[in-house]
This record gives sequence, structure tokens and C-alpha cells, in this order.
Amino acid sequence: MKKAVFYTNQFFGQIGGEEHAGVPPFVKEGCIGPANLFNETLEGEIAATIVCGDNYYAENMDEVREFICGEVEKLKPDLFIAGPAFNAGRFGVACGDICAAVEERFAIPAVTGMNEENPGKDMYKAKTCIVEVGRSAAGMKKAAAAMTRVANKLLRGEALGLPSEDGYFPRGIRVNIFSEKTGAERAVDMLLAKLGGMPYQTEIPLPEYQPVTPAPGVIDLKSAKVALLTSGGIVPAGNPDRLPAATAKFYKMYSIKDLDSLKSGDFTSVHAGYDPVYVNEDPNRLAPLDLLRNLEKAGEIGELYEYLTTTTGNSTSVADATRMGREIAKSLKESGISAAILTSS
Amino acid sequence: MQLELREIKILDVRFGESTKVQDNILYVAQDEIRDLLLGDERISNVQVDLARPGESVRIIPVKDVVEPRAKLEGGEAFPGMDGKICDAGEGVTVRLAGAAVVTTGPIVGFQEGIIDMSGPLAQYTPFAHLNNVVLSIEKTDGTSPHEHEEALRIGGIKAAHFIAKKALECAPDDVVFYNWESIWKKALMYPDLPKVAYVYQCMSQGLLHDTYFYGKDSKKMLPTLVSPLSVFDGAIVSGNCVSAGSKTTTYHHQNNAVIKELFKRDGKELNFIGAVASPLMTTLADKYRNTALTARLVEMLGADGAVQSQEGFGNPTADLMMICSALEKKGIRTVLISNEDAGVDGKSEPLPDTSESADAMVSTGNSNATIELPPMDKVIGDLESLERLTGGCAGCIHEDGSLTIEIHGILGSHNLQGTSKLQAVTV
Repeated sequence: MKKAVFYTNQFFGQIGGEEHAGVPPFVKEGCIGPANLFNETLEGEIAATIVCGDNYYAENMDEVREFICGEVEKLKPDLFIAGPAFNAGRFGVACGDICAAVEERFAIPAVTGMNEENPGKDMYKAKTCIVEVGRSAAGMKKAAAAMTRVANKLLRGEALGLPSEDGYFPRGIRVNIFSEKTGAERAVDMLLAKLGGMPYQTEIPLPEYQPVTPAPGVIDLKSAKVALLTSGGIVPAGNPDRLPAATAKFYKMYSIKDLDSLKSGDFTSVHAGYDPVYVNEDPNRLAPLDLLRNLEKAGEIGELYEYLTTTTGNSTSVADATRMGREIAKSLKESGISAAILTSS
Repeated sequence: MQLELREIKILDVRFGESTKVQDNILYVAQDEIRDLLLGDERISNVQVDLARPGESVRIIPVKDVVEPRAKLEGGEAFPGMDGKICDAGEGVTVRLAGAAVVTTGPIVGFQEGIIDMSGPLAQYTPFAHLNNVVLSIEKTDGTSPHEHEEALRIGGIKAAHFIAKKALECAPDDVVFYNWESIWKKALMYPDLPKVAYVYQCMSQGLLHDTYFYGKDSKKMLPTLVSPLSVFDGAIVSGNCVSAGSKTTTYHHQNNAVIKELFKRDGKELNFIGAVASPLMTTLADKYRNTALTARLVEMLGADGAVQSQEGFGNPTADLMMICSALEKKGIRTVLISNEDAGVDGKSEPLPDTSESADAMVSTGNSNATIELPPMDKVIGDLESLERLTGGCAGCIHEDGSLTIEIHGILGSHNLQGTSKLQAVTV
């Protein structure tokens, strides 16, 4: 039989109200309080219930997390259930925190329940499965039913349906499905709704980018150490590190220390987003090492950095691009670079 | 203006002594096709294979797919590309529905795609469901990449045109009449219905990312009004090597999903008032120019709303957003169609550009999502090339011939004309 571990707070754990919110965590075999309700329809057994006071969790998060993870380690459950926390803020944060930690550390599914307005929802919805429940414990029966339904799916190893179907808050992960209608049909449906003043729902939420503040201009180029970067996919012949043609998740730095230019045949572009014919004829067209070397010799720039930084900027996700950008910037700063030229394709 | 589209359903494709259609079966004479293409001195060899729905066949790397079409009388099915340059979108056109010519071979860039005729990939591409005549074309030594692209582009169209011409006398299984009127007449036909225009964005970035309009490279044109009927007659043809998932093949143009949908609802729910072809270009000056002219043309059509389709991803998303903003600013309600690059884990911001006006977007799927594909008994083309294509990477081909790729490598998987049913949702 599949095994689950249940987490709840001092109130539902039948210790008492707010005056007992400082109770440290303890574990008890079998079910306490609402765990009984879950156990009725769960396709598995709640082997133990862990209880902790809301204040104690909030004030000792690292310690409580370690304690519970230690118990999970020993009990080896197939599933972790916490809450439901309804609209209780501290309890919600505790449920979200422990479910996220258990999911991440033990790679087992976890499920909790919160109200739309619980501050724990936005903090943890990306990291664990939070089923939408009512505002207060009056909705316990309904909440337990909704959470158990999801829990049973997870126990069976089934993929969850859409958030609207299975009643959980979207984790913010884009997954592909096959719609009943083609994109063109849906586009015309959406336009007719928009024209008719009817409600419509965009299928791609508007992206929210983190604004990037440009670095101040370089005051004295003559003393600047300049780095050359490209997202046009230039690599040494033979592509030794097998940089992909698109959706690259890494960048490479290749030595250009002893080179005055990127010679055709020695360097090539692997980028699949443009025709590389002209770049392969003369790679300096994409990464102008020849010109920068001349400027260096003429004293127009202080020094050219000895590595060419390169990746393929093609169908790259914003997240991967942001991460690589941060890593590259950090590495360049550590190397004392004060200016960089990044060419695209 | 009236176009009569006669549809001959093709249920199977076989080799035969002469190319013909009989009892809904397409017979292909290999020699006829080979001789036709070898007339181009840039082509040194052509191998003709057949690939049917359900077969354990993998085709890679695919450059283009073309539906066989020909005119019964007058005009040309692919004006400016094969035969003379003339007006298109009137008269009688014969189409072989359920059949296609697929071009492959050692290809120009690394910007082509994969088609499996069965297995899990089949759901992602319309081309797994067609009776395909696959042309593996090799170039003559010394042919430049750009000549090579042209030879393949024209070769595929010539073959499709040739095949359809052999079926002109067949009795059609279905006949569809499409009518088009002048704008003022069209506006008066359904005065109570919202007037909807189609903004038909075509890849025109140069460097092998080109579309051809009446045989003319679309990067040399300004946004222009286009008769939707002419699109069914091959007025717009793919010449590009955009990554496979977001490539608009010639087949997609010939069967433009948005135009077909707007015709379906014309006179019932909306008044299809016109289509504006708009080139997607690289420089900012061109983007500003095309945005201004495209939005102005849609405004001059008197449209209340517009559907915008796109090709490619990344750079063209800027054009998509700019035109959407310009239309909305004019009070023209707009819906746009786009794929997403939300990362393999689906957690990234899905688009590289945005606009507050883009509040009604249709998703054609996350191109970065991965898929496992079993080995196929037969591979037409060059499997190894997958490692260098968008969607593939080093190590994506396993020892037993199974594959792990991003769906971006699948031809037409998330077509931005909304042909497919794929969609990304947030979970």
C-alpha cells in the first residue's frame, strides 16, 4: 500500500489555538485531526502526522524544515500532504515551504491547499501543487475532497490535468496540449469575442521582463580592456564543444590571443537562424576581431580581451539567455573587462 | 472574381509507368520526375521515394512541402515560379488533396526539419498524414548555397505542378467556389457584421529567409493588398530555411488556415474585408516602414478587427508586436498568433518581445518542449544532419535510432498561421 505523511499546525493538530502556536514540531504515527478525513478516500495510508505550531515554524524555518525532512527520510512516503491552510498566512507559508522542500529533496509529489488570498500561494505555487480551497475551516470537507482527488492522481503516477480541471493554482509552467480547434479557428473565435465586447482570454500571458539598466558609457576607451562577444554561433572549425544550432544552453570562450583575425576555415558559424554563407566566407563580418586588433595596435582601445565569448542566440528562452548573460558578465568583470562588444546575427 | 477549387482526393501513392491519377490513387513515374528536375543543370541527381501515412518512415532534413495544384484552363498554379507570370486566383484550379511533394537531400543550411510518417511525431505535423512523393535532390558540384536553395525550391514546385497537370481530367471528389468582390461591394454585402482583415506576415529577412510573391523575393516588396484567392493559386511560395517548427511551407501558404477560416465565417459571423501581405524584415527602418504601411492598409480597408499571423520567431516577434500596437492604436481590434520559446522546462518568459496591446494572443505551442521518438524502419535523407538542425543537438540521436529532440525540429509543429492544434497552457 502506498504511504503518505501528513503535516498540520497546532490548531488542526488538536493541541490548541493561538496560545499554542509556539509548539515545536513532533511526529505521531497514524492520523491526527483532518488527516482522518483524508485517509478515508486516499488510495494509500497516512502513516504519520507531523504537527508544528505556526509561530514556531515561522521563527525557526530552517530547523523545522530539517526536522520534517529527517522524518520523511525515515518514513520514505510516496506522497506528502500539508494543510489545508485556507486563508491562514503563517500556516500557508509553512505548508508551502515544507511541500516545496520535500518535493525538491525527495522527488516525491506533495500537495497542499490554500485560499486564493493566502500569501503563501504566490510564494510557493511555482514550487509545489497548491489546490484552491475556501477561506476557512468551514470548508474542510470540500477542501479535503479536492485535495484527495489530486493526491490520488499523484499517487497513481498520473499527470495532473489543467489547473482549471484539477483545481490547483498554475505553477507557471508552459506545457503543450492539443486543442480541439486549430490556432486559426481559435484566433477568429477570440477576435469575434474581442469585437463583440465579450470576455476573451489570451493564450499567452503578457511577458513581464526584468528591466536591464544599461551600464554607464566607457569614459576612456584608450585604457579600456575590451571583450568581444557574439550570439551568432561562431566556433572553431569542427565545433569541438558541439555548440547547438539553436536553443543553446551554454556559451564558450575561445582564445583569440595570438590571432589578428578570424580566418575562414578556422572558424565557422553553427547558428541555424540565418544563412551562414557570408560569415563562413569571412567570420570577422560577425565578430570583427580584425578591426579590434587594428584599434588595439593604434592605441584606440587599451587592450583586447584574450577570449572570444560565443553562443547561439536562436530560439533561446529568455530564462536561458538571462542566466548566460549574468554568468558572462560576472566572468568578464572578474577578468577586469571594462567594455564589451556583443554582436548578434 | 471567382476561383473554383476542384479537389481530387488522393488515398494512396504508388510508382507507375506514367504519372497519373486513377481511382484516387496517385501513380508516379520516377523517370518522368527525375528527367523533369535534371533539366536544371544545378541538380546532379534526384531520388524519388514514396512515404505514406502510418509507415515506419522518417524523412530528414525536409526543406519544403508542396501540394500538387494546376490550372484547368488559363493562368498558372504557381505564377512566376513555374510557367509564365500572370494573374492568379480566378478560373478553375485542380488540387490533389492528401498528396504532397516533399523536398529533401543534403541541404543548404541547417534549417530544415523532420517528418515521421507514424509514431508520436505524427500528431505534430500535417505532413505525416499525406501521401508524399519525396525528392532527395543532390546539387551539382560548384553550385553555390543560394543557387542550391533556388534549385530545390523550384524543383519541388515543378514536380508538384507536373503531377497535378496529369490529373486535370479526373472527376473531382469535391468542388469549392471562392468568391471575392471589390472592397466597396464587399463592405455593403454584410453591413451588420464586423469587418475583419488578415495581416499576412511573410518571412523576408534575406540570407535564405525569403518568401516569394508571384515569383518575386518578398524582401523587395512593400506591404500590399493580396487577393485571398490568389494565395490558393500559389501566389505566395516558401523559399526559406527558417527553423522547421515555425517554417511556413508552400503547402501552408496554399492551404492558409487563417484565410480558410475567415472564408468559412464570411457572411455569417464576420465580413472578410481583405488581406495584407506584409514582409518580415531585419532592419529597424524596414520594421517601422512596414508597420506604418501595413496598419494604414488595414485602416483603409475599413477593418474593425484583424488577425495577424507570423513566420519564424525571435526577431519577427518585434514586427508582430509593432504591427499589433499600430493597429490597436487605430482602434482596430487585433488577435495575433505566435509560438513560444518558454524553455525546455516551460518556465521561461515565452516571448522575446511584448506590447501592452497584445492582449489577445493565440499560442501554437512551446517550441522548446522535448519529445522522444522511436526509431523508424526506413530513413529517407540524412539522419545525422539532425544534430545540426534547430531542435536537435549533439547526442540527440541514440544508438538504436531513437531520438530526443525539441519539437522545433518537427516540420510545421507550431505553424504560426494556426494550422495545427498544438497550444501551450500554463499548469
